[in-house]
Order: sequence, then structure tokens, then C-alpha cells
Amino acid sequence: MPTVDRGDTRIWTRRTSREEWLRWALLFATVALFVWCWQVMTETTIWAFVWDAPVQAVDIGDRMWPPRWSYIERLWWPLWDTLNIATLGTLLGIVLAVPTAFMAARNTTPSAWLVRPVALFIIVASRSINSLIWALLLVAIIGPGVLAGIIAIGLRSIGFIGKLLYEAIEEVDESQVEAVRATGASPAQIVDYAIVPQILPAFVGISVFRWDINIRESTILGLVGAGGIGLQLQASLNVLAWPQVTLILLCILVTVIVSEWVSAQVRAAVS
Amino acid sequence: MLTIEQLDKTYRTGDHALRQVSFVLEPGQLIGLIGPSGAGKSTLIRCVNRLVPPTGGRILFEGVDVARVGRRELRRVRRRMGMIFQEYALVERLTVMENVLSGRLGYVPFWQSLTRRFPQADVDQAFALLERVGLGDQFDKRADELSGGQRQRVGIARALQQNPELLLVDEPTASLDPKTSRQIMRLIRDVCEERQLSAIINIHDVMLAQMFVDRIIGLRAGAVVFDGPPAALDDGVLTTIYGEEDWTMMRATAVEDAAEAAERAEERMAGLR
Repeated sequence: MPTVDRGDTRIWTRRTSREEWLRWALLFATVALFVWCWQVMTETTIWAFVWDAPVQAVDIGDRMWPPRWSYIERLWWPLWDTLNIATLGTLLGIVLAVPTAFMAARNTTPSAWLVRPVALFIIVASRSINSLIWALLLVAIIGPGVLAGIIAIGLRSIGFIGKLLYEAIEEVDESQVEAVRATGASPAQIVDYAIVPQILPAFVGISVFRWDINIRESTILGLVGAGGIGLQLQASLNVLAWPQVTLILLCILVTVIVSEWVSAQVRAAVS
Repeated sequence: MLTIEQLDKTYRTGDHALRQVSFVLEPGQLIGLIGPSGAGKSTLIRCVNRLVPPTGGRILFEGVDVARVGRRELRRVRRRMGMIFQEYALVERLTVMENVLSGRLGYVPFWQSLTRRFPQADVDQAFALLERVGLGDQFDKRADELSGGQRQRVGIARALQQNPELLLVDEPTASLDPKTSRQIMRLIRDVCEERQLSAIINIHDVMLAQMFVDRIIGLRAGAVVFDGPPAALDDGVLTTIYGEEDWTMMRATAVEDAAEAAERAEERMAGLR
């Protein structure tokens, strides 16, 4: 109790003095950790390069500008590929994530001790591996190209969509579910009438948000040979064609801005 | 038509919600279930259609023991019992029509309900029921666009859409103002009379219960402590159900409250003009 009786006045403090000391100790430990990390980080830094950085940056900037606008002709097709990788990959992710989410949600899983852990494992496994690494593996398995990119994006999306969707399913208003159950509806009808209407806005929001993220991710998949504009980026970097790199980065920027705008519009429309 | 024998429910938390509850519901009878919060009213009503599985006793509905039937049979029993809820429990993002038609889910196959292609007879009945509860022109609105009283009317239409033999009504007026409460209770009583329905109505408002039901069952701590006509409900009985309290005072305030609320509503309307 953070109150102390002193004579006939009762003094109230927010925390006991023990808690107060503990908080200061924690703060001190955090600062100490930060200082130590800083030391580890800078141990192997070659400071000559760091001091040189502004000069180097100006130099690269100089070589990057102006962009080589004529190169755009050879970017349309890879850009289209990138959009396709993101969109088809998201669709693949949705198709696989929706059943996984229903199996993972506590209130819709067919079996809490058998199916649910499997579904949760699928979600965690998908989330723990970056798209780029999925792509690296898939390029090795099915060869380079757009298909590897699509599957990589799809596999990575399962975890993201699955996790957010199963949380939405667990948060539905149970009284609506109870009311539909009371009519004698079958389990499939309960999902259709009581659960789907409640999670639909969340589902659309999550999917569009993931599509938006996937556009960004698919722009770099080409670095490992999984198709899209990243292939051009890789090629340009290899031959130090900096004006082309600038144009590619601008293209990616514009694409991401457009996709973010679309995703914001869609999410506003369904809420 | 419904016989409840020695019904017992203990929740996994150890909460002993119902103790040896027994009564017989006659055809066409309206039972008002009263008692303090936590007395087990809600549990009892949910045991009847097994939304809550009982831990002991029998629930005989037209000769079938609801407590023991298999899954398929349970759904068949449930569709013969309409249920009306406290917070309406409409599916908020579906239209009024879809909510009413969901009363037929126990009768139509999955694909038909998925594509919303209900038999024309069901659709005709849904329109007639909406007309009956006074919402004939609201069928295309989304449920969350309606007021509390209107939502409860949709809830009633959904229950009736099942063509039930029994209505289970859980605190139908708890979220409504006094005037709307009476209208809703009157509507429930009228539709029960029209269709020869029996009903069990959970209701915390004793005055409202006395006004609209044929028989009152009082629950206290999960056990039946009173079972009789509303007229027999005197201060002594109320004290056994709810504990010590000045009942004459409460009655007086209830009447005042209702009058005051009506006045306030009128003032608000005047302010709008």
C-alpha cells in the first residue's frame, strides 16, 4: 500500500519507495546496456571511411543524377511482372491463410489440441522466414523466374494474414454467434451468418494491407533471381550504371505510393 | 409440452448455477422467470436449447430429452425453439431481411443459405412478420442502423420465422426505455397468443413481469423458491427471492420512473421541433 501514516495525516504516493528504487535501477541498467552496445557496435568501425562518407555520398549522388529516362522503356515489363508477383502472391497467400486462420482461432478450430497447434505452427513458420529467403530457396528448387517470386510472396503472406485474421475471428461478438446457433444452424451456416459478416471488414483491410507490403517486397525479389524489377536493379548495380539505378528507385517509389493510396482507399471504404 | 426435471448445472469454475430445478410448462403458457442477478435465470433458459449443456437432470421437450440428444437431433430441436436476446444479438452487418431469414437456417441446406436463395414461402413469411412487428419498410436496412426497440422487433421476427413451438426470451427489455419495454412485452405476449406459443421469459423487472405473464417462477441462488400466479407475488415472496428491501417503496419509484422517463422523452421531442 503506498500510504504512510504520519501522525494523523495519511500520505499517499503513487508507488512504494521499493518500487521507486526498482524503477530507477531498471532505467540505469537500460542506459548501461545502451552504452555497452554502442561500444560493441563501433569496435570494428574503420573511422577513416566514416569521416569520408559525405564526400562519397556526394560523389555517388553526382553520378546518379540525372536519371537515364530513356531506360524506362525497358522497365515497363519488369514493373508489370512485379505487380503480378505481388498480386498473385497475395491471392495465393489468402487462399492458404483463410482455412489456416479458422483452424487456428480458438472458437472455430475443429480440435484445440490437435489441429490448432498445427495451424499455429504453419503461421509462425511462415512469419519467421523473410520473403527474400523464401525466394532464395524457391529459386534453387523450381528455378529462377516469376513463379518462384509468386510462391515466395504467397508463403510469407500466410503467416501475416493468418495471424491477424485468426485474432479477428477470436474477437467476434459471441452473442451474435449464439443467436444464430439457437436457430438450429449447422456449423458451416454459423460461420457464414454469424462470423463472416463480423470479420469481413478486418479481412479486406488485412488483405489489402498485405498486398501493399507485398508490392514493396516483390521489388527486391529480383535480387535473388525471382523475377520483377529487382532483376533490372541487380543488373544495373553490377555494371555501376547509376543513372539507371536512380530511375528504378523512382519507379519503385511511385509504385509504392500508388499501392499505399489504393490500400488506404479500400480500407476506408470497408470500415 | 416442456418438462424440466431436477435440472442441475455446475460450471467448470465450480459455480453451482442451477440446483434441482423442476417445473412443467403447459401449452400456451407464459412463464416469467424472476430473480436477482446471478440467480441462474440466464443459465436456465440456455439449458433448455442446450446453448449451455446441463450437468444433471432432464429437459423433456415434446417427449425428447434435449439434454441427451445427438448433434443432428439437437439442431432439429433448436429450430423448434425461438430465442430472443437481451442485447438483441442481431448480426449487425447483415440486413434486416437476412437477419429474419436466418431464422430458417435450421431448415434450408447450406448452399441455399450461402447464396441467400431461400424458398419463396420463407421470404413471404419474413415480409409478413416484419409487417406484423411494424417494420414492413425497413427490410433492406442494415441491422446496426436501427434503434434499440426496432432491433428487438427484428429479433422477435427472427425467432418467429422459425415457426417455433416455444419461445425462450432472455431479458428482452434490459436495454430499452420503460415505454419501449412495455411495447415489446406486449408484442411478445400478443404474438404468443396469436400462435398459441408457450414462452419462458427472463425478466428482472418484477412489475413488468406481473403485467404480462401467466405464471411466475422465482429463482434464488439457482433454486426455485416461488412458483405461482403473478397475483400471489406479495412482499413476503419478493423478500425470499431478492432479500430484504422495502418493496412498497420500489413499486412507487418504478411508477414514478416510468412517468418521468415519458416526460423527458416528450421534452426531448419538443426540443427537436
